[in-house]
Amino acid sequence: MGATATRNGHSENPVGDGRLRRDDESPSPPSLPGRLARALAGQVTRRIPPADLDERDPDYIRESLPRLWLLSSLYFRGEVRGLGNIPEHGPVLLVGNHSGGNLTPDTTVFTLAFSAYFGVERPFYQLAHNLVLSWPGLGFLRKFGTVAASPGNAEKALRSGAAVLVYPGGDHEVHRPSWESDRVDFAGRRGFIRLALEHDVPIVPIVAIGGQETALFLSRGEGLSRLLGLDRLLRLKVLPISLAAPWGLNVGDFLGHLPLPAKITLEALPAIRLRDEFGPDPDVDEAYDYVVRVMQETLDALAEERRLPIIG
Amino acid sequence: MRVQAQIEIAAPRAAVWEFVIDPERYLHFMAGMTRWEVACDRATGLGARYRTLMRVGSAEIGGLVEVVEWDDECDLAWSSVTGVDQRGRWRLRTGAYGPESTRVELRLAYGVAGSGVLGWLAEVVAAPTVRGHLRRSLQQLKRQVEHEQLRRQAAARRSGGVSASSASRSSGSPRRTNGS
Repeated sequence: MGATATRNGHSENPVGDGRLRRDDESPSPPSLPGRLARALAGQVTRRIPPADLDERDPDYIRESLPRLWLLSSLYFRGEVRGLGNIPEHGPVLLVGNHSGGNLTPDTTVFTLAFSAYFGVERPFYQLAHNLVLSWPGLGFLRKFGTVAASPGNAEKALRSGAAVLVYPGGDHEVHRPSWESDRVDFAGRRGFIRLALEHDVPIVPIVAIGGQETALFLSRGEGLSRLLGLDRLLRLKVLPISLAAPWGLNVGDFLGHLPLPAKITLEALPAIRLRDEFGPDPDVDEAYDYVVRVMQETLDALAEERRLPIIG
Repeated sequence: MRVQAQIEIAAPRAAVWEFVIDPERYLHFMAGMTRWEVACDRATGLGARYRTLMRVGSAEIGGLVEVVEWDDECDLAWSSVTGVDQRGRWRLRTGAYGPESTRVELRLAYGVAGSGVLGWLAEVVAAPTVRGHLRRSLQQLKRQVEHEQLRRQAAARRSGGVSASSASRSSGSPRRTNGS
Protein backbone atom coordinates (compact mmCIF):
# COMPACT_ATOMS: atom_id res chain seq x y z
CA MET A 1 0.00 0.00 0.00
CA GLY A 2 2.68 2.41 1.07
CA ALA A 3 4.64 2.42 -2.16
CA THR A 4 1.57 2.67 -4.34
CA ALA A 5 0.07 5.37 -2.19
CA THR A 6 3.23 7.42 -2.33
CA ARG A 7 3.49 6.98 -6.08
CA ASN A 8 -0.05 8.25 -6.36
CA GLY A 9 0.58 11.32 -4.34
CA HIS A 10 -1.38 10.02 -1.37
CA SER A 11 -0.16 10.00 2.17
CA GLU A 12 0.67 6.68 3.78
CA ASN A 13 -2.59 6.78 5.72
CA PRO A 14 -4.98 8.20 3.22
CA VAL A 15 -8.20 6.46 4.07
CA GLY A 16 -10.72 6.62 6.83
CA ASP A 17 -10.99 9.56 9.12
CA GLY A 18 -7.26 9.90 9.65
CA ARG A 19 -7.38 8.75 13.30
CA LEU A 20 -4.78 6.36 14.60
CA ARG A 21 -6.09 3.38 16.55
CA ARG A 22 -5.02 3.31 20.15
CA ASP A 23 -3.26 0.22 21.39
CA ASP A 24 -5.98 -0.53 23.92
CA GLU A 25 -8.61 -0.54 21.20
CA SER A 26 -9.09 -4.15 20.24
CA PRO A 27 -10.07 -4.66 16.65
CA SER A 28 -13.38 -6.39 16.28
CA PRO A 29 -13.28 -9.57 14.21
CA PRO A 30 -14.19 -8.68 10.65
CA SER A 31 -17.56 -9.79 9.41
CA LEU A 32 -17.94 -11.55 6.04
CA PRO A 33 -18.94 -8.33 4.25
CA GLY A 34 -16.05 -6.64 6.02
CA ARG A 35 -13.60 -9.29 4.79
CA LEU A 36 -14.98 -9.01 1.28
CA ALA A 37 -14.62 -5.25 1.42
CA ARG A 38 -11.05 -5.63 2.70
CA ALA A 39 -10.21 -7.98 -0.16
CA LEU A 40 -11.75 -5.56 -2.63
CA ALA A 41 -9.78 -2.72 -1.06
CA GLY A 42 -6.59 -4.69 -1.62
CA GLN A 43 -7.49 -5.18 -5.26
CA VAL A 44 -8.32 -1.52 -5.71
CA THR A 45 -5.11 -0.40 -4.07
CA ARG A 46 -3.04 -2.66 -6.26
CA ARG A 47 -4.80 -1.44 -9.36
CA ILE A 48 -4.43 2.29 -8.75
CA PRO A 49 -1.95 3.36 -11.39
CA PRO A 50 1.00 5.52 -10.44
CA ALA A 51 0.30 9.20 -10.95
CA ASP A 52 2.13 9.97 -14.13
CA LEU A 53 1.08 13.14 -15.89
CA ASP A 54 2.80 11.87 -19.00
CA GLU A 55 0.10 9.26 -19.44
CA ARG A 56 -2.14 11.95 -20.87
CA ASP A 57 -2.18 11.38 -24.62
CA PRO A 58 -3.22 14.37 -26.77
CA ASP A 59 -3.45 12.24 -29.92
CA TYR A 60 -5.79 9.82 -28.21
CA ILE A 61 -7.95 12.68 -26.94
CA ARG A 62 -8.03 14.24 -30.39
CA GLU A 63 -9.09 10.98 -32.00
CA SER A 64 -11.76 10.55 -29.32
CA LEU A 65 -13.31 13.97 -29.88
CA PRO A 66 -15.75 12.82 -32.59
CA ARG A 67 -17.27 10.09 -30.42
CA LEU A 68 -17.42 12.44 -27.45
CA TRP A 69 -19.07 14.98 -29.72
CA LEU A 70 -21.68 12.45 -30.85
CA LEU A 71 -22.44 11.48 -27.26
CA SER A 72 -22.47 15.03 -26.02
CA SER A 73 -24.38 16.61 -28.89
CA LEU A 74 -26.89 13.92 -29.80
CA TYR A 75 -27.48 12.03 -26.56
CA PHE A 76 -27.03 14.65 -23.86
CA ARG A 77 -27.73 17.72 -26.02
CA GLY A 78 -24.89 19.35 -24.16
CA GLU A 79 -24.71 23.10 -23.87
CA VAL A 80 -21.57 24.72 -22.52
CA ARG A 81 -21.43 28.42 -21.80
CA GLY A 82 -18.74 30.82 -20.71
CA LEU A 83 -15.60 28.95 -21.73
CA GLY A 84 -14.13 32.36 -22.49
CA ASN A 85 -14.04 32.91 -18.72
CA ILE A 86 -11.28 30.34 -18.37
CA PRO A 87 -7.87 32.02 -18.59
CA GLU A 88 -6.26 31.25 -21.95
CA HIS A 89 -2.93 30.24 -20.49
CA GLY A 90 -1.39 29.03 -17.27
CA PRO A 91 -2.55 26.89 -14.39
CA VAL A 92 -6.16 27.13 -13.33
CA LEU A 93 -8.31 25.18 -10.91
CA LEU A 94 -11.66 24.29 -12.44
CA VAL A 95 -14.08 23.54 -9.63
CA GLY A 96 -17.25 21.72 -10.59
CA ASN A 97 -20.38 20.41 -8.97
CA HIS A 98 -20.70 16.75 -9.72
CA SER A 99 -23.73 14.80 -10.87
CA GLY A 100 -24.84 11.59 -12.52
CA GLY A 101 -23.69 8.74 -10.29
CA ASN A 102 -20.64 6.77 -11.31
CA LEU A 103 -21.21 7.74 -14.94
CA THR A 104 -20.81 11.47 -14.93
CA PRO A 105 -22.11 13.00 -18.15
CA ASP A 106 -21.11 16.50 -17.06
CA THR A 107 -17.45 15.44 -17.14
CA THR A 108 -17.85 13.99 -20.64
CA VAL A 109 -19.54 17.12 -21.95
CA PHE A 110 -17.00 19.41 -20.30
CA THR A 111 -13.96 17.41 -21.42
CA LEU A 112 -15.13 17.64 -25.02
CA ALA A 113 -15.90 21.34 -24.74
CA PHE A 114 -12.57 22.18 -23.08
CA SER A 115 -10.49 20.08 -25.47
CA ALA A 116 -12.25 21.46 -28.55
CA TYR A 117 -12.10 25.05 -27.33
CA PHE A 118 -8.52 25.22 -26.10
CA GLY A 119 -7.11 22.39 -28.19
CA VAL A 120 -5.89 19.04 -26.97
CA GLU A 121 -2.42 20.53 -26.71
CA ARG A 122 -3.37 22.43 -23.58
CA PRO A 123 -2.60 20.21 -20.58
CA PHE A 124 -5.82 19.36 -18.76
CA TYR A 125 -6.12 16.91 -15.88
CA GLN A 126 -9.14 15.65 -14.01
CA LEU A 127 -8.94 14.39 -10.45
CA ALA A 128 -10.96 11.23 -9.91
CA HIS A 129 -11.75 8.81 -7.13
CA ASN A 130 -9.33 5.91 -6.68
CA LEU A 131 -12.10 3.47 -7.51
CA VAL A 132 -12.66 5.08 -10.91
CA LEU A 133 -9.00 4.72 -11.85
CA SER A 134 -8.70 1.17 -10.61
CA TRP A 135 -11.92 -0.12 -12.13
CA PRO A 136 -11.33 -2.66 -14.91
CA GLY A 137 -11.90 -1.23 -18.38
CA LEU A 138 -11.50 2.39 -17.37
CA GLY A 139 -7.75 2.58 -17.99
CA PHE A 140 -8.44 4.77 -21.02
CA LEU A 141 -9.36 7.61 -18.66
CA ARG A 142 -5.68 8.05 -17.85
CA LYS A 143 -5.08 8.96 -21.49
CA PHE A 144 -7.60 11.77 -21.03
CA GLY A 145 -5.52 13.07 -18.14
CA THR A 146 -7.47 11.56 -15.26
CA VAL A 147 -5.35 11.08 -12.16
CA ALA A 148 -6.17 9.97 -8.61
CA ALA A 149 -7.67 12.76 -6.54
CA SER A 150 -5.03 13.78 -4.03
CA PRO A 151 -3.33 17.01 -3.02
CA GLY A 152 -0.05 15.62 -4.35
CA ASN A 153 -1.40 15.00 -7.83
CA ALA A 154 -3.22 18.31 -7.97
CA GLU A 155 -0.01 20.07 -6.93
CA LYS A 156 2.00 18.23 -9.55
CA ALA A 157 -0.48 19.12 -12.27
CA LEU A 158 -0.78 22.78 -11.28
CA ARG A 159 3.00 23.12 -11.06
CA SER A 160 3.21 21.86 -14.62
CA GLY A 161 0.98 24.76 -15.68
CA ALA A 162 -2.07 22.64 -16.42
CA ALA A 163 -5.77 23.22 -16.00
CA VAL A 164 -7.03 20.90 -13.27
CA LEU A 165 -10.66 19.86 -12.93
CA VAL A 166 -11.68 18.98 -9.41
CA TYR A 167 -15.03 17.97 -7.96
CA PRO A 168 -14.81 18.73 -4.24
CA GLY A 169 -18.19 17.09 -3.59
CA GLY A 170 -16.91 13.83 -5.10
CA ASP A 171 -18.81 10.67 -4.24
CA HIS A 172 -20.91 12.54 -1.67
CA GLU A 173 -22.34 14.96 -4.22
CA VAL A 174 -22.50 12.73 -7.26
CA HIS A 175 -24.89 10.33 -5.55
CA ARG A 176 -27.16 12.90 -3.93
CA PRO A 177 -30.87 12.21 -4.39
CA SER A 178 -32.35 13.39 -7.66
CA TRP A 179 -34.62 15.86 -5.86
CA GLU A 180 -31.47 17.67 -4.69
CA SER A 181 -30.34 18.08 -8.29
CA ASP A 182 -30.22 21.86 -7.99
CA ARG A 183 -28.03 21.88 -4.90
CA VAL A 184 -24.27 22.39 -4.73
CA ASP A 185 -23.08 20.06 -1.97
CA PHE A 186 -19.35 19.94 -1.34
CA ALA A 187 -19.88 18.46 2.13
CA GLY A 188 -17.67 21.18 3.57
CA ARG A 189 -14.57 19.96 1.69
CA ARG A 190 -12.32 22.99 1.55
CA GLY A 191 -9.17 21.40 0.13
CA PHE A 192 -9.62 23.12 -3.21
CA ILE A 193 -9.49 26.55 -1.55
CA ARG A 194 -6.22 25.69 0.19
CA LEU A 195 -4.86 24.31 -3.08
CA ALA A 196 -5.73 27.49 -4.97
CA LEU A 197 -4.15 29.62 -2.25
CA GLU A 198 -1.04 27.53 -1.99
CA HIS A 199 -0.37 27.72 -5.71
CA ASP A 200 -1.91 31.13 -6.19
CA VAL A 201 -4.03 29.97 -9.10
CA PRO A 202 -7.45 31.28 -10.13
CA ILE A 203 -10.55 29.22 -9.46
CA VAL A 204 -13.05 28.94 -12.29
CA PRO A 205 -16.35 27.47 -11.06
CA ILE A 206 -18.00 25.10 -13.51
CA VAL A 207 -21.68 24.73 -12.73
CA ALA A 208 -23.61 21.86 -14.28
CA ILE A 209 -27.19 20.70 -14.25
CA GLY A 210 -28.92 17.68 -15.72
CA GLY A 211 -26.64 14.87 -14.58
CA GLN A 212 -28.82 13.96 -11.62
CA GLU A 213 -31.70 13.33 -14.02
CA THR A 214 -29.90 10.49 -15.82
CA ALA A 215 -31.34 8.07 -13.22
CA LEU A 216 -33.57 8.30 -10.18
CA PHE A 217 -31.04 8.59 -7.35
CA LEU A 218 -32.75 7.65 -4.09
CA SER A 219 -30.11 7.65 -1.37
CA ARG A 220 -26.39 7.92 -0.84
CA GLY A 221 -26.54 4.86 1.37
CA GLU A 222 -24.01 6.31 3.81
CA GLY A 223 -25.18 4.04 6.64
CA LEU A 224 -24.78 0.97 4.45
CA SER A 225 -21.27 2.03 3.48
CA ARG A 226 -20.30 2.50 7.13
CA LEU A 227 -21.80 -0.84 8.03
CA LEU A 228 -19.65 -2.59 5.41
CA GLY A 229 -16.57 -0.59 6.30
CA LEU A 230 -16.24 0.80 2.78
CA ASP A 231 -15.58 4.29 4.10
CA ARG A 232 -12.37 3.15 5.79
CA LEU A 233 -11.21 0.68 3.18
CA LEU A 234 -12.06 2.28 -0.15
CA ARG A 235 -12.57 5.93 0.79
CA LEU A 236 -16.19 5.25 -0.17
CA LYS A 237 -18.39 7.24 2.14
CA VAL A 238 -21.47 6.17 0.19
CA LEU A 239 -23.11 3.08 -1.25
CA PRO A 240 -25.71 4.69 -3.46
CA ILE A 241 -29.13 3.33 -4.14
CA SER A 242 -30.93 4.33 -7.31
CA LEU A 243 -33.44 3.24 -9.89
CA ALA A 244 -31.50 3.07 -13.12
CA ALA A 245 -31.63 1.35 -16.48
CA PRO A 246 -31.10 -1.50 -17.17
CA TRP A 247 -30.89 -2.82 -13.58
CA GLY A 248 -33.97 -1.39 -11.97
CA LEU A 249 -32.90 -1.18 -8.34
CA ASN A 250 -29.21 -0.34 -8.49
CA VAL A 251 -27.13 -0.63 -5.31
CA GLY A 252 -23.59 0.68 -5.46
CA ASP A 253 -23.69 1.60 -9.16
CA PHE A 254 -20.44 -0.37 -9.48
CA LEU A 255 -21.35 -1.64 -12.93
CA GLY A 256 -22.59 1.74 -14.00
CA HIS A 257 -25.95 2.16 -15.61
CA LEU A 258 -27.49 3.31 -18.84
CA PRO A 259 -27.94 7.03 -18.27
CA LEU A 260 -31.16 8.61 -19.42
CA PRO A 261 -30.60 11.20 -22.14
CA ALA A 262 -31.04 14.22 -19.91
CA LYS A 263 -30.00 17.58 -21.30
CA ILE A 264 -26.71 18.66 -19.71
CA THR A 265 -26.03 22.35 -19.35
CA LEU A 266 -22.75 23.72 -18.03
CA GLU A 267 -21.63 27.22 -17.33
CA ALA A 268 -18.08 28.38 -16.63
CA LEU A 269 -18.14 31.42 -14.36
CA PRO A 270 -15.65 34.28 -14.29
CA ALA A 271 -12.34 33.39 -12.67
CA ILE A 272 -12.06 34.01 -8.92
CA ARG A 273 -8.65 35.16 -7.74
CA LEU A 274 -8.88 34.62 -4.02
CA ARG A 275 -6.21 37.12 -3.00
CA ASP A 276 -7.81 39.79 -5.19
CA GLU A 277 -11.17 39.10 -3.58
CA PHE A 278 -10.17 38.53 0.04
CA GLY A 279 -6.80 40.21 0.51
CA PRO A 280 -3.31 38.74 0.87
CA ASP A 281 -4.28 36.21 3.56
CA PRO A 282 -7.80 35.00 2.79
CA ASP A 283 -9.88 33.14 5.30
CA VAL A 284 -10.47 29.65 3.95
CA ASP A 285 -14.01 29.38 5.31
CA GLU A 286 -15.00 32.75 3.92
CA ALA A 287 -13.54 31.92 0.50
CA TYR A 288 -15.25 28.52 0.52
CA ASP A 289 -18.61 30.07 1.36
CA TYR A 290 -18.16 32.63 -1.39
CA VAL A 291 -17.33 30.06 -4.09
CA VAL A 292 -20.20 27.79 -3.06
CA ARG A 293 -22.62 30.72 -2.96
CA VAL A 294 -21.63 31.92 -6.43
CA MET A 295 -22.04 28.40 -7.79
CA GLN A 296 -25.36 27.88 -6.03
CA GLU A 297 -26.75 31.13 -7.45
CA THR A 298 -25.78 30.02 -10.95
CA LEU A 299 -27.24 26.57 -10.39
CA ASP A 300 -30.48 28.17 -9.22
CA ALA A 301 -30.60 30.21 -12.43
CA LEU A 302 -29.91 27.12 -14.55
CA ALA A 303 -32.62 25.21 -12.66
CA GLU A 304 -35.05 28.06 -13.34
CA GLU A 305 -34.38 27.68 -17.08
CA ARG A 306 -35.34 24.01 -17.09
CA ARG A 307 -38.93 23.35 -17.93
CA LEU A 308 -39.05 19.57 -17.60
CA PRO A 309 -36.74 16.93 -16.13
CA ILE A 310 -34.58 15.10 -18.69
CA ILE A 311 -35.95 17.20 -21.58
CA GLY A 312 -34.36 20.30 -20.14
CA MET B 1 -16.17 15.49 -45.19
CA ARG B 2 -16.33 18.43 -47.58
CA VAL B 3 -19.17 20.89 -47.57
CA GLN B 4 -19.57 23.93 -49.75
CA ALA B 5 -21.92 26.73 -50.62
CA GLN B 6 -21.95 29.39 -53.30
CA ILE B 7 -23.65 32.64 -54.06
CA GLU B 8 -23.70 35.40 -56.67
CA ILE B 9 -22.88 38.87 -55.35
CA ALA B 10 -23.62 42.07 -57.26
CA ALA B 11 -20.20 43.59 -56.73
CA PRO B 12 -16.82 43.34 -58.43
CA ARG B 13 -14.32 40.76 -57.20
CA ALA B 14 -12.15 43.42 -55.61
CA ALA B 15 -14.99 44.48 -53.35
CA VAL B 16 -15.67 40.92 -52.20
CA TRP B 17 -11.97 40.20 -51.80
CA GLU B 18 -11.66 43.16 -49.46
CA PHE B 19 -14.09 41.41 -47.12
CA VAL B 20 -12.72 37.88 -47.24
CA ILE B 21 -9.12 38.90 -46.51
CA ASP B 22 -9.99 41.06 -43.52
CA PRO B 23 -9.95 38.99 -40.30
CA GLU B 24 -11.78 41.73 -38.40
CA ARG B 25 -14.87 41.26 -40.54
CA TYR B 26 -15.18 37.51 -40.10
CA LEU B 27 -17.20 37.54 -36.92
CA HIS B 28 -19.62 39.96 -38.58
CA PHE B 29 -20.57 37.73 -41.47
CA MET B 30 -19.46 34.17 -40.66
CA ALA B 31 -22.41 32.32 -39.14
CA GLY B 32 -21.62 29.99 -36.24
CA MET B 33 -18.12 31.42 -35.92
CA THR B 34 -17.35 32.37 -32.33
CA ARG B 35 -13.69 33.23 -32.84
CA TRP B 36 -11.49 34.35 -35.71
CA GLU B 37 -8.47 35.91 -34.09
CA VAL B 38 -5.12 36.85 -35.58
CA ALA B 39 -2.56 34.53 -34.01
CA CYS B 40 0.70 35.86 -35.41
CA ASP B 41 2.37 39.17 -36.35
CA ARG B 42 0.88 39.02 -39.80
CA ALA B 43 -2.82 39.91 -39.88
CA THR B 44 -3.41 38.97 -43.49
CA GLY B 45 -1.66 37.42 -46.50
CA LEU B 46 0.08 34.15 -47.14
CA GLY B 47 1.28 32.65 -43.85
CA ALA B 48 -1.15 34.58 -41.68
CA ARG B 49 -2.45 32.49 -38.79
CA TYR B 50 -5.80 32.66 -37.07
CA ARG B 51 -7.36 30.98 -34.09
CA THR B 52 -10.81 29.89 -35.17
CA LEU B 53 -13.81 28.35 -33.46
CA MET B 54 -17.17 27.40 -34.91
CA ARG B 55 -20.12 26.23 -32.83
CA VAL B 56 -21.26 22.83 -34.04
CA GLY B 57 -23.55 20.83 -31.80
CA SER B 58 -22.48 20.98 -28.18
CA ALA B 59 -18.95 22.26 -28.77
CA GLU B 60 -17.01 25.09 -30.30
CA ILE B 61 -14.68 23.37 -32.71
CA GLY B 62 -11.70 24.70 -34.59
CA GLY B 63 -8.06 25.34 -33.95
CA LEU B 64 -5.13 27.26 -35.33
CA VAL B 65 -5.26 27.70 -39.12
CA GLU B 66 -2.77 29.15 -41.56
CA VAL B 67 -3.34 30.79 -44.94
CA VAL B 68 -1.64 28.47 -47.41
CA GLU B 69 -2.85 29.84 -50.75
CA TRP B 70 -3.27 33.44 -51.76
CA ASP B 71 -4.14 34.47 -55.29
CA ASP B 72 -5.31 38.09 -55.35
CA GLU B 73 -9.04 38.50 -55.93
CA CYS B 74 -9.26 34.84 -56.86
CA ASP B 75 -8.43 32.22 -54.23
CA LEU B 76 -7.67 32.16 -50.55
CA ALA B 77 -7.18 28.83 -48.80
CA TRP B 78 -6.32 27.92 -45.23
CA SER B 79 -5.32 24.74 -43.56
CA SER B 80 -5.28 23.67 -39.91
CA VAL B 81 -2.09 23.67 -37.90
CA THR B 82 -3.63 22.37 -34.68
CA GLY B 83 -7.12 21.27 -33.69
CA VAL B 84 -9.59 19.52 -35.90
CA ASP B 85 -8.26 18.86 -39.41
CA GLN B 86 -9.72 21.45 -41.72
CA ARG B 87 -9.11 23.05 -45.05
CA GLY B 88 -11.13 26.00 -46.19
CA ARG B 89 -11.21 27.98 -49.40
CA TRP B 90 -12.70 31.17 -50.75
CA ARG B 91 -13.06 30.96 -54.51
CA LEU B 92 -13.98 34.18 -56.29
CA ARG B 93 -14.83 34.17 -59.99
CA THR B 94 -16.43 36.68 -62.32
CA GLY B 95 -20.20 36.29 -62.08
CA ALA B 96 -22.81 35.58 -64.70
CA TYR B 97 -23.58 39.31 -65.03
CA GLY B 98 -20.06 40.37 -65.97
CA PRO B 99 -17.24 42.03 -64.03
CA GLU B 100 -19.67 43.91 -61.79
CA SER B 101 -20.77 40.61 -60.27
CA THR B 102 -18.86 37.86 -58.46
CA ARG B 103 -19.56 34.19 -57.96
CA VAL B 104 -18.33 33.28 -54.50
CA GLU B 105 -17.75 29.75 -53.35
CA LEU B 106 -16.88 28.81 -49.78
CA ARG B 107 -15.58 25.31 -49.15
CA LEU B 108 -14.74 23.61 -45.90
CA ALA B 109 -13.28 20.13 -45.56
CA TYR B 110 -13.01 18.82 -42.01
CA GLY B 111 -12.46 15.69 -40.00
CA VAL B 112 -10.24 14.03 -37.45
CA ALA B 113 -7.71 11.62 -38.90
CA GLY B 114 -7.61 8.31 -37.05
CA SER B 115 -11.02 8.63 -35.45
CA GLY B 116 -12.47 5.65 -37.32
CA VAL B 117 -16.09 4.91 -38.09
CA LEU B 118 -17.41 7.10 -35.29
CA GLY B 119 -15.32 9.95 -36.67
CA TRP B 120 -16.91 9.49 -40.07
CA LEU B 121 -20.35 9.33 -38.45
CA ALA B 122 -19.69 12.55 -36.54
CA GLU B 123 -18.65 14.25 -39.79
CA VAL B 124 -21.86 13.14 -41.50
CA VAL B 125 -24.03 14.21 -38.57
CA ALA B 126 -22.29 17.58 -38.36
CA ALA B 127 -22.48 18.27 -42.11
CA PRO B 128 -25.98 19.84 -42.23
CA THR B 129 -25.04 22.24 -39.44
CA VAL B 130 -21.75 23.20 -41.08
CA ARG B 131 -23.42 23.57 -44.48
CA GLY B 132 -26.08 25.77 -42.90
CA HIS B 133 -23.35 27.94 -41.36
CA LEU B 134 -21.64 28.31 -44.76
CA ARG B 135 -24.88 29.24 -46.53
CA ARG B 136 -25.80 31.82 -43.95
CA SER B 137 -22.27 33.18 -44.02
CA LEU B 138 -22.48 33.73 -47.77
CA GLN B 139 -25.88 35.37 -47.49
CA GLN B 140 -24.53 37.71 -44.84
CA LEU B 141 -21.41 38.38 -46.91
CA LYS B 142 -23.58 39.22 -49.94
CA ARG B 143 -25.71 41.58 -47.89
CA GLN B 144 -22.71 43.33 -46.38
CA VAL B 145 -20.72 43.62 -49.63
CA GLU B 146 -23.69 44.88 -51.63
CA HIS B 147 -24.61 47.29 -48.88
CA GLU B 148 -21.05 48.58 -48.83
CA GLN B 149 -21.16 48.96 -52.63
CA LEU B 150 -24.35 50.98 -52.45
CA ARG B 151 -22.94 53.09 -49.64
CA ARG B 152 -19.80 53.84 -51.63
CA GLN B 153 -21.75 54.65 -54.78
CA ALA B 154 -23.98 56.98 -52.81
CA ALA B 155 -20.94 58.61 -51.21
CA ALA B 156 -19.35 59.01 -54.62
CA ARG B 157 -22.51 60.58 -55.99
CA ARG B 158 -22.67 62.93 -53.04
CA SER B 159 -19.06 63.95 -53.28
CA GLY B 160 -19.48 64.32 -57.05
CA GLY B 161 -22.49 66.58 -56.49
CA VAL B 162 -20.67 68.58 -53.84
CA SER B 163 -17.63 69.13 -56.01
CA ALA B 164 -19.79 70.09 -58.99
CA SER B 165 -21.81 72.61 -56.99
CA SER B 166 -18.73 74.05 -55.31
CA ALA B 167 -17.12 74.32 -58.76
CA SER B 168 -20.16 76.12 -60.09
CA ARG B 169 -20.15 78.50 -57.07
CA SER B 170 -16.48 79.31 -57.52
CA SER B 171 -16.99 80.05 -61.24
CA GLY B 172 -19.80 82.48 -60.36
CA SER B 173 -22.34 80.74 -62.63
CA PRO B 174 -25.97 80.64 -61.42
CA ARG B 175 -27.10 77.51 -59.50
CA ARG B 176 -29.11 75.19 -61.62
CA THR B 177 -31.66 72.87 -60.18
CA ASN B 178 -33.82 70.28 -61.81
CA GLY B 179 -36.75 71.88 -63.52
CA SER B 180 -35.27 75.31 -63.46
